[in-house]
Amino acid sequence: MEAFTRLTGRAASLDEDNIDTDVIYPARFLTITARDGLGAYAFADRAFRIKDVPVLVAGANFGCGSSREQAVWALLGCGVRCIIAPGFGEIFAGNCIRNGVLPVTLDAADVARMHRAASKGEAFTVDLPACTVQVGAWQPVPFAIPEPQRQALLNGWDETAAILARDGDAIAAFEQRQRSEQPWLYS
Amino acid sequence: MGRTLYAKLWDSHVVRPGDAGEDLLYIDRQLVHEVSSPQAFRALTDAGRALRRTETHLAVADHAVPTQSRDLPATDPVAAAQVAELEGNARDFGVRYHPLNGAGHGIVHVIGPEQGFTLPGITLVCGDSHTTTHGAFGALAFGIGASECGTVMATQCLVQKRAATMRVNLHGRLPRWACAKDIALALIARIGAQGARGYAVEYAGPAIAALDMAGRMTLCNMTIEAGSRIGLVAPDETTFAWLKGRAGAPAGADWDRAVTYWQSLASDADAQYDRELAMDLSALEPHVTWGTSPDQGAPVNGAVPEPGSAAPEDQARIARALDYMGLEPGMALADIAIDRVFIGSCTNSRIEDLRIAAQVAQGRKVASGVRAMVVPGSAATKQQAEAEGLADIFRAAGFEWRDAGCSMCVAMNEDRLAPGERCASTSNRNFEGRQGQGGRTHLMSPASAAAAAITGCIADVRDVMAGTD
Repeated sequence: MEAFTRLTGRAASLDEDNIDTDVIYPARFLTITARDGLGAYAFADRAFRIKDVPVLVAGANFGCGSSREQAVWALLGCGVRCIIAPGFGEIFAGNCIRNGVLPVTLDAADVARMHRAASKGEAFTVDLPACTVQVGAWQPVPFAIPEPQRQALLNGWDETAAILARDGDAIAAFEQRQRSEQPWLYS
Repeated sequence: MGRTLYAKLWDSHVVRPGDAGEDLLYIDRQLVHEVSSPQAFRALTDAGRALRRTETHLAVADHAVPTQSRDLPATDPVAAAQVAELEGNARDFGVRYHPLNGAGHGIVHVIGPEQGFTLPGITLVCGDSHTTTHGAFGALAFGIGASECGTVMATQCLVQKRAATMRVNLHGRLPRWACAKDIALALIARIGAQGARGYAVEYAGPAIAALDMAGRMTLCNMTIEAGSRIGLVAPDETTFAWLKGRAGAPAGADWDRAVTYWQSLASDADAQYDRELAMDLSALEPHVTWGTSPDQGAPVNGAVPEPGSAAPEDQARIARALDYMGLEPGMALADIAIDRVFIGSCTNSRIEDLRIAAQVAQGRKVASGVRAMVVPGSAATKQQAEAEGLADIFRAAGFEWRDAGCSMCVAMNEDRLAPGERCASTSNRNFEGRQGQGGRTHLMSPASAAAAAITGCIADVRDVMAGTD
């Protein structure tokens, strides 16, 4: 996946809580098995469109509901690389990390003023090495992200490759122990 | 200090402890379906990787399959190609696959338990958020994305962040005609659509001990609608009796050894939880949703809320939901006329769900102008329902009797609402467009959905069945 370090650009604002992944990517397009080209279906049943902005400022519990990774692929297809919200659906947030999209969780007051700034077309700078979001001339707003996720994004690591490279022996040892303790899982 | 069921499941699957609570976990089983697997298989092919353990995966097409008849050709060529791709991948990678016409076909979350693929004490994943269902067996089961599906195929592992723990203590006897679905809808209305986010939820207490496996599955299934990826019930005698003799369940000496292990999984008496809730079920009323999020629900004899009387931060959300749903503030829920009824989905399509719906439907007729369908969760459930005479009851009452699949829960096949149509549904999500673009969904139990079919509007099943018990 593409690494994430810093980006600067304008932001789209979708100020509504509990936007689920059915709204982001309606189910009737889930029969498409490609990952690319899904941007055309993002928010297909809403008037909301994302055009040429790398940041989306969203509401609480953004991406709740279905685990469909197509929601992230569709946003990526619209050019979105960072989503700022007071909170995310857990599976959606994990899918973001695995596709080089940075989910930034901030408190509701910070997100509220970022919605206003996004609507005014102000420039957002998201800095993952520094863990800050800067909007226009504001003081940079710090955010927290678990260090393993930050490293994965900064380096563009592929989780499968990383596990295979690092943990082969540990996995084999686990299986050997489990096979003797719970043989019914291996018959 | 004692450990919780969740901690025991987690600790027993750590391959390598990681930083910031993110451990490498071993994944024992994966259910594979047509929507979240093509990209995962392609990632394997592109990287030249094999499946680490083919026997730990079970594949079935459920989301987009037609339910009208297995003999008709699929009308949607894109969906048919997606199913064919799953079939081809299963063949090429050596994964067990249940074909559409086979006796083992059904919704992943129905056939996993039915076939004993789901077992207590295991980790189980699927590229589907309702994988929470399998927690009813005391399995650590959670939904994942397609990328993670590929990681599990290649490594049998996933990096996961350990959740906080929440225990929901349920007591009191579930009243007649109240169902596990009503417990779920009442709980979600109380704590909200993100109320359990970040937590692994364990359902416990005397009312859980008294609940059958189908009810436990419904409750765990709906846990994702409160924002949690994990719903759990400790395995007990009810679990063991349900599992014994199923195709994938251990047998002989292995069974005894397994049960001994499974009995050790229950939370210790002195285990601590990060959050505890209690719910008294003795006065639980049938619940229905009025909005576009599963937490927007109320007792069936209640009313659609007035946005103006809600907390300031909720007003816009409620107003928007009512606008989409075409409802007036303050109107009685029981006055809302419906066009369609859907009894099915991984939440409520098991034999117990069909039995209670059939009890309501027996000797009655679907209201004029209402189109109602029953979609069993699996071929085995369908066959059992036919053997028990339930299918005849439904057909005689005017319900359509279908083949298994996700059907109108996700509307990826022909089963979908037209714009503006209103549905009484036993599924799990009332999101905008979930049952078809512009469709309006009211979530409820199988008993309530059958009552809605008979009366043509949202109805209190206790009134419909008054005097019959």
